[in-house]
Amino acid sequence: MIFAEDVVALSRLQFGATALFHFLFVPLTLGLSWILVICESMYVMTGQQVYKDMTRFWGKLFGINFAMGVTTGITMEFQFGTNWAYYSHYVGDIFGVPLAIEGLMAFFLESTFVGLFFFGWDRLSRVQHLGVTFLVALGSNLSALWILIANGWMQNPVGAEFNYETMRMELTSIADVFFNPVAQVKFVHTVAAGYVAASMFVLGVSSWYLLKARDTGFAIRSFAVAAGFGLASVLSVIILGDESGYTSGEVQKVKLAAIEAEWETMPAPATFTAIGIPNQKEERTDYAIRIPYVLGLIATRSVDKQVTGIKDLKVEYEGRIRSGMAAYDALQKLLAGDKSDPVKQQFEAHKHDLGFGLLLKKYTDKVTDATPEQIKLAANDTIPQVLPLFFSFRIMVGLGFLFLFIFAASFYFLARRNLAPQRWLLKLIVFSIPLPWVAIELGWFVAEYGRQPWTISGVLPTMLSASALEPGQLHFSLLGLLAIYSSLFVIEMYLMLKYIKLGPSSLHTGQYHHEKTLKQGEQHA
Amino acid sequence: MLDYETLKLIWWGLVGVLIIGFALTGGWDLGAAILLPFIGKTDDERRVVINTVGATWEGNQTWLITAGGALFAAWPLVYAAAFSVLYVALILTLFALFLRPVGFDYRSKLPDPRWRNSWDWGLFIGGLVPSLIFGVAFGNFFVGVDYRFDETLRVTYGHASFFSLLNPFALFSGIVSVAMLTMHGGGWVFFKTEGVVRSRARRAVQLAALATAVLFALGGFWVAQRNGLHVTQMGSPNDILRPLDKTVEWVAGGWLANYGKYPLTWILPGLGIGGALIALLAVSANRAWLTLLGSSLSLIGIILTAGWSLFPFVLPSSLDARSSLMLWDAVSSHKTLGIMLGVVIVFVPLIGIYTTWVYRVLRGPVTVERINSETHSY
Repeated sequence: MIFAEDVVALSRLQFGATALFHFLFVPLTLGLSWILVICESMYVMTGQQVYKDMTRFWGKLFGINFAMGVTTGITMEFQFGTNWAYYSHYVGDIFGVPLAIEGLMAFFLESTFVGLFFFGWDRLSRVQHLGVTFLVALGSNLSALWILIANGWMQNPVGAEFNYETMRMELTSIADVFFNPVAQVKFVHTVAAGYVAASMFVLGVSSWYLLKARDTGFAIRSFAVAAGFGLASVLSVIILGDESGYTSGEVQKVKLAAIEAEWETMPAPATFTAIGIPNQKEERTDYAIRIPYVLGLIATRSVDKQVTGIKDLKVEYEGRIRSGMAAYDALQKLLAGDKSDPVKQQFEAHKHDLGFGLLLKKYTDKVTDATPEQIKLAANDTIPQVLPLFFSFRIMVGLGFLFLFIFAASFYFLARRNLAPQRWLLKLIVFSIPLPWVAIELGWFVAEYGRQPWTISGVLPTMLSASALEPGQLHFSLLGLLAIYSSLFVIEMYLMLKYIKLGPSSLHTGQYHHEKTLKQGEQHA
Repeated sequence: MLDYETLKLIWWGLVGVLIIGFALTGGWDLGAAILLPFIGKTDDERRVVINTVGATWEGNQTWLITAGGALFAAWPLVYAAAFSVLYVALILTLFALFLRPVGFDYRSKLPDPRWRNSWDWGLFIGGLVPSLIFGVAFGNFFVGVDYRFDETLRVTYGHASFFSLLNPFALFSGIVSVAMLTMHGGGWVFFKTEGVVRSRARRAVQLAALATAVLFALGGFWVAQRNGLHVTQMGSPNDILRPLDKTVEWVAGGWLANYGKYPLTWILPGLGIGGALIALLAVSANRAWLTLLGSSLSLIGIILTAGWSLFPFVLPSSLDARSSLMLWDAVSSHKTLGIMLGVVIVFVPLIGIYTTWVYRVLRGPVTVERINSETHSY
């Protein structure tokens, strides 16, 4: 069954837009919650008011951001059902599990205690309040764990097999799903990226106060927390990013080959294309600058194993598409009621390639009558667009190293007690505040766009996953979402900037810049 | 492990638990938001109303989010079919829900009265629209929704527009839903406040409780006149069942058949009406705890009545009766249902315990003096 291409395109656009939008707010929640735990722990240990003020002030910004995180998160929980109905049926038996656990174990914890974080200051002991803050951080980070287990399964669908009686994938091993290597690496890489974003945010805002020579005691302590936390985080991002390259080398060969524009299988160890312009049509990279050995080392951690190139992957997938046709043929017979042994055996032998057979639905509804040309076209479809992946990935990695430099320099000058004169560094940090978000969104793009043409890698093509909606319904939802989200985003940024400018004076403790200058003004009058 | 049939039955109950969990706790927030512009005339009064739910609404809404996730895991076909066939209605609900997190958090960040008044109406919409649409959706389950499955279990739709969801019976159900949640939320504001806000909330609860009892009873008579689904043939509930393998038919008064078979279950609609009457009497006698008890019983009774009347169906189809989903054939695999049951058994009581602790910490009436003296309030 084929329905309007533009419904699939619009559904993808909507999902991508809402996911990327949601992910503007999530990283700050993930990281800032731990920064709050650090600040408040210092308050509990030292009893110094400034650490309580830090917890409360950064907590205020946390709250403004958190509200948008919740607003944009609601959509995510329901939009698999609204827009990806066939996907929901096809893999709900597995994919729904981590999503439901996320709600029960993580999101409940986070949302129940976040209210008490704000409203509990006068009702809880110091230690109790710190406990509440910790549970908010724990909840939000566990949330990320379960979401990434779900997402990791889309990239590397382990612990499940197709059941022709129910026409869906069904769970065979929950442990395989939970301990999916792709999910584990993704989780650490993603939350650490969130910590980097939050650290850069606190570092940048504090640098701005330092440049203005305002509330410097407050700012330098915040700077110190962010520099330490950020340095540790950026190191894990980079190391886990590399680990991620290694894992994807094993299970997501095509994504790796596309990211690296690796058209041919090269003799091991493969050379790394540092930069160039991938040319998908001619299947080569123009103006390439290559570094010997590096790709082989990253992707296989060896000097003798090969990294499979795109052309060879296509040949491999062409074979799987043919095998998928046999699976589809057997499935049709099974559905028609012919459950004889040869049919069952044929299905069992080929069912792991059923998804590849389904790729042919784009060209022929019957699948089994595909011509060699159509099979070639479908094999071509298994390769995502190389150019955007190639560049997104390189920008992300480049930014990662910039962050490493920034956090290392911050830490160095802070330790030397020589930070204030480094105005160049403080300015660089202020201007770098948005960059972790750029890197994070590009990272998501690489992960999700690099999985195309699949929603579930090798199992379910994207074009078959969408709900059979009318284009008008999608125009309505897409325009509405864009309008509401953009307006709320403008409001959020306005409040964020307003409270950043107010600084800790917004706490009304009478200890900080704006309130002091106000008092002096009154005295002069 | 439990057998498949038992697990399927248990999961029907668990979906009910999650929906009731949301109605009981999230109902306070939705109802309070619906009443906000009317029982709060000044900014101080409105802040009082908002702060009765301000610290806890987020956790309460998680029942709704979790119900979504649990449907995905336990009833994937319901998750897929219901949410996509009700597309426009669900998207509208989401739009309205968007206004709540930002409404609660951003309103108090600026003193400008126009700013605050706008957010108050935003919160009102965020309370009213979801309450109405949840009821309209349930009403449409009784009428049947416009979807069917093909052989590959892909869901397709007829040509009914969004406006056909607004048929008389469904709209009527929406009004019952708004009335009951207003009663419940009003009861919460009545419980948590003093003075003029409390007396206005009292009046609102009286009206809403009366409306709930009368309209819900009328709804029962209406349902008796309508057709309901009846299974004529299906496989054993303990087996893997596919929606298209059964035969069903619409019969007059079919949605009341279960009460004929099990007369004791008349207690459920009785609870729906009786609870509302208890709330009405209790609020009139200024008994706050009893009011909340009454409105809670009424909510539980009404939701269980809806579920039990449809039983064993969970999503009837108007387009192709055979495609109608039942708790027997809309479910995940035996394995997944078993694992998810374990998860629920561990976490739902835990959620109950810490939510109760949070409410205990925040106990006591919300007054203008208290809002102004606290470190943080909305």
